[in-house]
Amino acid sequence: MAFIFGKPKAGVEITAVANVVRRDVGVAVLHIEGDWLVKNRRSPFSKIERFFSVNLDLRRLEFDTSKLGKYDSSLISLLFKCYEYCRQNNIACEIGGLPKGPRSLLELAIAVPEADVTRKGGGGGIIGRLGEYALNAAGSFKAQATFVGEVTIALVKALCGKARYRFSDLLLVMQKSGPEALPIVALISFLVGMILGFVGVVQLAKYGSEIFVADLVGIATVREMGAMMVGVVMSGRTGAAFAAELGSMKVNEEISALRTFGISPVEFLVLPRVVALVLMFPLLTVFADLIGMIGGMVIALGLSDISYEQYANRTLAALSLTQISTGIGKSFIFGLIVSCIGCQKGMECENSSAGVGMATTASVVESITWIIVADAVFAVAFTIFDI
Amino acid sequence: MSAEAEIFKIENLTMAYGDYVVMRDLNFSVRQGEIFFIMGGSGCGKSTLLRHMIGLIKPAAGNIYFKGKNLSDAPDDEKTEMIRQFGVLYQGGALWSSMTLSENVMLPICEFTDITRREALELSDMKLALVGLNGFGSFYPSEISGGMCKRAGLARAMALDPQVLFFDEPSAGLDPVSSHRLDELILQMRDSLGATVIVVSHELASIFDIADRAIYLDTSKKTQGAIGSPRELLNSDDEGVRIFLNRGVDPRARHMEEA
Repeated sequence: MAFIFGKPKAGVEITAVANVVRRDVGVAVLHIEGDWLVKNRRSPFSKIERFFSVNLDLRRLEFDTSKLGKYDSSLISLLFKCYEYCRQNNIACEIGGLPKGPRSLLELAIAVPEADVTRKGGGGGIIGRLGEYALNAAGSFKAQATFVGEVTIALVKALCGKARYRFSDLLLVMQKSGPEALPIVALISFLVGMILGFVGVVQLAKYGSEIFVADLVGIATVREMGAMMVGVVMSGRTGAAFAAELGSMKVNEEISALRTFGISPVEFLVLPRVVALVLMFPLLTVFADLIGMIGGMVIALGLSDISYEQYANRTLAALSLTQISTGIGKSFIFGLIVSCIGCQKGMECENSSAGVGMATTASVVESITWIIVADAVFAVAFTIFDI
Repeated sequence: MSAEAEIFKIENLTMAYGDYVVMRDLNFSVRQGEIFFIMGGSGCGKSTLLRHMIGLIKPAAGNIYFKGKNLSDAPDDEKTEMIRQFGVLYQGGALWSSMTLSENVMLPICEFTDITRREALELSDMKLALVGLNGFGSFYPSEISGGMCKRAGLARAMALDPQVLFFDEPSAGLDPVSSHRLDELILQMRDSLGATVIVVSHELASIFDIADRAIYLDTSKKTQGAIGSPRELLNSDDEGVRIFLNRGVDPRARHMEEA
């Protein structure tokens, strides 16, 4: 048997022929001739189907392969279609007349009947898909609510000293998500501060009030950009890492192994990560605020005649404890969002390597989305309460 | 079989993923101290059955009794107490990758006993020595071979001296010699610890070497086939299990052809 694959050449005459003809009453014979290779142009199955559709008295199909040359999977495919058509239309398919090779392959293909299963998520049209999407969204919301509940219980147990987790794990996650994140947080905050400073200096110079760039950079950084930038950076860095770590642990059955010892994975794996990130976020935010203001100052000093003392004094005058604490307060919530979403996506990831990838992506996208939503809610609330 | 000898009793168990039924109407029991194999073709639901028996999946219907108590319906606290009497060796070992082998074995010991860390370390060293990994305690799972990971997984499964040891495809990915050694190890564990051993496998050599009894899960019928000792299964009236144990050939049919 020769398996020679390649594209059939257009316009070339059919060299692999399948002709079905009536022989006796109720009996048809399929004459298969020529080289049945994928690269050759072959008679289509529809021709055979059409023949049967106009000869409804046929109850038996036999094969004549005396002029069959080389063949590959294309022949088996034709035979399989014939067999399935016969089976569905109560026509006896006499495969005994086929050469040994194609016959044994066909027997192998028909050995296990087609499974009566429907793949979840397949078909259903627009309405069906919409319904499925709604059900998935409801399921996802329920899963997130359950997860938040489990984390809350674990936090309460931790406060009562009853949670099972390793303190060394907590310290390790704190180190990874805190000090080790400083370089990237510093870089991003510095650049954002520079951008704010640049925009501020250029625009304020038109009114001769470049000095107020210190107000702009200081207030924007401590109220919004510091916490927000830490949130975005940590979503991509630490939240994604949580999702990937826990997802891999789930795929490798490490989480099942914890459960079989009666150890709660939420307490043992999620709790240290959530606590570590919630504690590290405010510290990173303070650091980001400082670096961001330095970034703005570098631009202001470089592009205008403002002196260092003037800039520093103006910044101190513009900032109040309330403004600083709003940014730091928000960072606790952002830390909770990033850690909970990262861990939840990891814990619920599908058991495959693709599942880990999807969990990581979903973690980053949802974390950033929810950080921005939460920031918008804070902005409205602060306006209402005049903070 | 007396009811006292039963450690596990599966009653009308149906396993399903959503609407898709994996197996239905499973009824069998596992006796105390025996090596019991769950066998069947790939994808028939062997590992799913194991996960039901260790309480990781809730049955779609039916009950699983462990020492006379219903594991499927037990409250969380009671269920945790029950599954703490199990030791499970997963297919790939499922070692916690961020911990050394010693820490893997020590974790359950430290969590559920009041012994000191030094004593826990000594126990862990002993468990690792039992599986032939003496001296590997400071290694991480990524630093040892797949076979060693499985043995370390077995040491961890034995950490709390479980009453029932579950093995999910213990021979998968092992060469015949390592596989035979693992079988001998399972036999020794049963004989020396008196534990009941439940093995999910389709490794015929292991089934004939160490199984006291086995159950065959029939994929085509989506329910259980014959149950009994390997010898009994070879002569069973269940054609499916005879064909399975003879690698796809029914010895009766072959005998008739020869006659």
